[in-house]
Amino acid sequence: MMSISRRTAAAGVTLAAGAMLLTACSSGEGGEAASSSDAGGSKVELRVATFPPGADAAAYEAFATQEAQFEEANPDIDVIGVEYEWTGPTFAVQLAGGSLPDVFTVPFTDSKTLLENGQLMDVTDEIEELGYTDSFNPVILDGVTGADGHIYGFPRQAYAMGLHYNRDLFEQAGLDPDDPPATWDEVREAANAITEATGKAGYAQMAINNTGGWQLTAQTVSRGGRTQSDDGDGTYTSTIANEGTKATLQFLHDVRWEDDSFGYKVDLDWGTINQEFAAGNIGMYTSGSDVYTALVRDFGMDPAQYGLTVMPLEGDDPGTLGGGDIAVVSPTVDDATKAAAVKWIDWYYMQKLMDEDAAVADASALAAADQAVGTPVLPVLSRELYEQSQEWIADYINVPLDQMAPFTDRIWDQTPVGEPKGKTQEIYALLDPVVQTVLTDKDADIDALLAQADADAQALLDQ
Amino acid sequence: MTTTQHPPAAPASRRATPLSWIRAGGLSKLLFALPMILVFAIFSWTPIVRSVVMSFQKTNLLTPAEWVGLDNFQAVLNDPLLGTAVLNTLYFAALALVMGFPVPILMAVLMSEVKRGKGVYSALAYLPVVVPPVVAVLLWKVFYDGSPDGVFNTILGWFGIGPQPWLQSTSMAMPSLVIEATWAAAGGSIIIYLAALLSVPPELYDAAEVDGASIWRKAWHVTLPQLRGVIFVMLILQILATAQVFLEPFLFTGGGPANSTVTVLLLIYRYAFQNSLGGNYGMATALSVMLAGFLAVLSWVYFRLTNRWSTS
Repeated sequence: MMSISRRTAAAGVTLAAGAMLLTACSSGEGGEAASSSDAGGSKVELRVATFPPGADAAAYEAFATQEAQFEEANPDIDVIGVEYEWTGPTFAVQLAGGSLPDVFTVPFTDSKTLLENGQLMDVTDEIEELGYTDSFNPVILDGVTGADGHIYGFPRQAYAMGLHYNRDLFEQAGLDPDDPPATWDEVREAANAITEATGKAGYAQMAINNTGGWQLTAQTVSRGGRTQSDDGDGTYTSTIANEGTKATLQFLHDVRWEDDSFGYKVDLDWGTINQEFAAGNIGMYTSGSDVYTALVRDFGMDPAQYGLTVMPLEGDDPGTLGGGDIAVVSPTVDDATKAAAVKWIDWYYMQKLMDEDAAVADASALAAADQAVGTPVLPVLSRELYEQSQEWIADYINVPLDQMAPFTDRIWDQTPVGEPKGKTQEIYALLDPVVQTVLTDKDADIDALLAQADADAQALLDQ
Repeated sequence: MTTTQHPPAAPASRRATPLSWIRAGGLSKLLFALPMILVFAIFSWTPIVRSVVMSFQKTNLLTPAEWVGLDNFQAVLNDPLLGTAVLNTLYFAALALVMGFPVPILMAVLMSEVKRGKGVYSALAYLPVVVPPVVAVLLWKVFYDGSPDGVFNTILGWFGIGPQPWLQSTSMAMPSLVIEATWAAAGGSIIIYLAALLSVPPELYDAAEVDGASIWRKAWHVTLPQLRGVIFVMLILQILATAQVFLEPFLFTGGGPANSTVTVLLLIYRYAFQNSLGGNYGMATALSVMLAGFLAVLSWVYFRLTNRWSTS
């Protein structure tokens, strides 16, 4: 009997150790619970999105300053910054796994579907209470309004697509960096000149992780085409096989195969193309007008090299594709955390757009930590309010506005066009291989590619 | 002293009772096994069962799941990309078999012939296995840089060969992936073959030598037949691994260019995670179940076929 009890005791110890191991493994749950109000009821812990991984220490210093300011004004809230970056795959995983911050941002393109899926918190009453429901640009507010008429997020920032260029490479190629290309033919000529003079990619374009489709769509719009039409009854028709898309693919083909000025990388996405551009390996590329902040903060670009102009427009009814993001609250938080989340969104994202003191406080905190202030964006409220806010913070603006003048001087003359609404990301994903084919196959049949993509996209839209 | 002696074995006719089971050490055995059973149940078996259940559901993991019967399986089978993914996976497996399978055997045979510094060669061969896979892929991405300044292209330049689009061409991307995968995995196989070679009785080589056999005849008629059992096991393991290849296409090319490196597992990943709005977990698990079923059947058939040829 004694031998049995010894063995049993040993087994008991092993079991206890195993239980401890399992407890340790499940500690993540405790962390999640911490996001809601703590047991003592004294403070609400609020996990908020900060920056993408790779942001420099100064960005976090600026955030710490703002966090302290907020907590001083709201002593019952404990703000915890969480690294966050919107990417297709990780967002879905974080959403499903419940590891998203309590406050985070999502692009306009996803907000409609998310709110229809019940994956966003209803903030109608809170926005009403704050009193600025009517201040929003109605087109933008529509993107966060559900079929039930309720509002599910705070539009906080919008951008227009722009052509970003490296001023150093322009100079090395004998081009005038203050007179950037205004047509797609001029873009091609400049790319050619840059490659010939420097051996670098004169022009590059994103092609993977849905960004290929995103940029193809943007350039289609700039050539007067549209990849989708809204039938007005909740259904959409694919119009991918249009002249604008065809011209864009032909342009890419020619830059890659006829001029050989595209460079060697056809597998770039938002992050890697920024990295390459910041490192001085790319002459020009298209992306959102607000990317300057990330280029300098996350990719270490020398501001003196940066240049920004508007997208060249061609054809009938051309426009500039716009986008942006909204600040939203996780649908799983409790009431106390939700109230704290709304306070944070109002304080951190919204007040600086409409209140002079808040705008100045925000700009001074960012400027003190050497963070970009004044990067060109589009207003989510009115243009007047936006221009007014730029005047409030004029003393703190530290981005090279002169180098962005070709964009800021002309962007108001361009027609803003929203991203396609139906199955946006899926159709962007479907267009990635089309862009890749043109860039990797000299004999690619563009008409056949477009016909196939159009049929595939329509099948998706009909689901 | 008597306490450490084992009790005499119970007669077969004696009826087993819970008490006798406890006395025979059943409880302590169960307690010892319990942590492992719990860990496996929570981290392995539960996800497997949930995956199978999910393959018959439509869910975004947040709102309640909806039973959809075989719809997910039907949607997967109707996906035009499935054929591409299967063909690409077969292509990867075939290339890995041709390029990757003989290399470790050859290396192991050559290394076993080395008289001095065998340990150094073994360590060098095993080194790639020690490098974390993600680091290895990132390293090889630098090697595969398509510009004339890329590592491999610079080497080719020494021989007057122009720069190659290693990962940027639909025809070269897959072979490039296989070369890295072979490099990364060969070390482990070499060690296993080296160990197996030690078990080959030296008398067989002596006898062959007396008969005047050359080194190649010895390898063909002595080494390979003696390694047969190990080779068969390694072959099925490689087939199973290549059928589930994910890391290389995911990290090197993301399935591109133009879907030329989309594999079955990458397609599963895309179903689940590419769409930012919740993903199609039903289709992802349906294809996973189909793949697991196929590989289970393949393994069974393979072992049935090779059983009679293997040494015991």
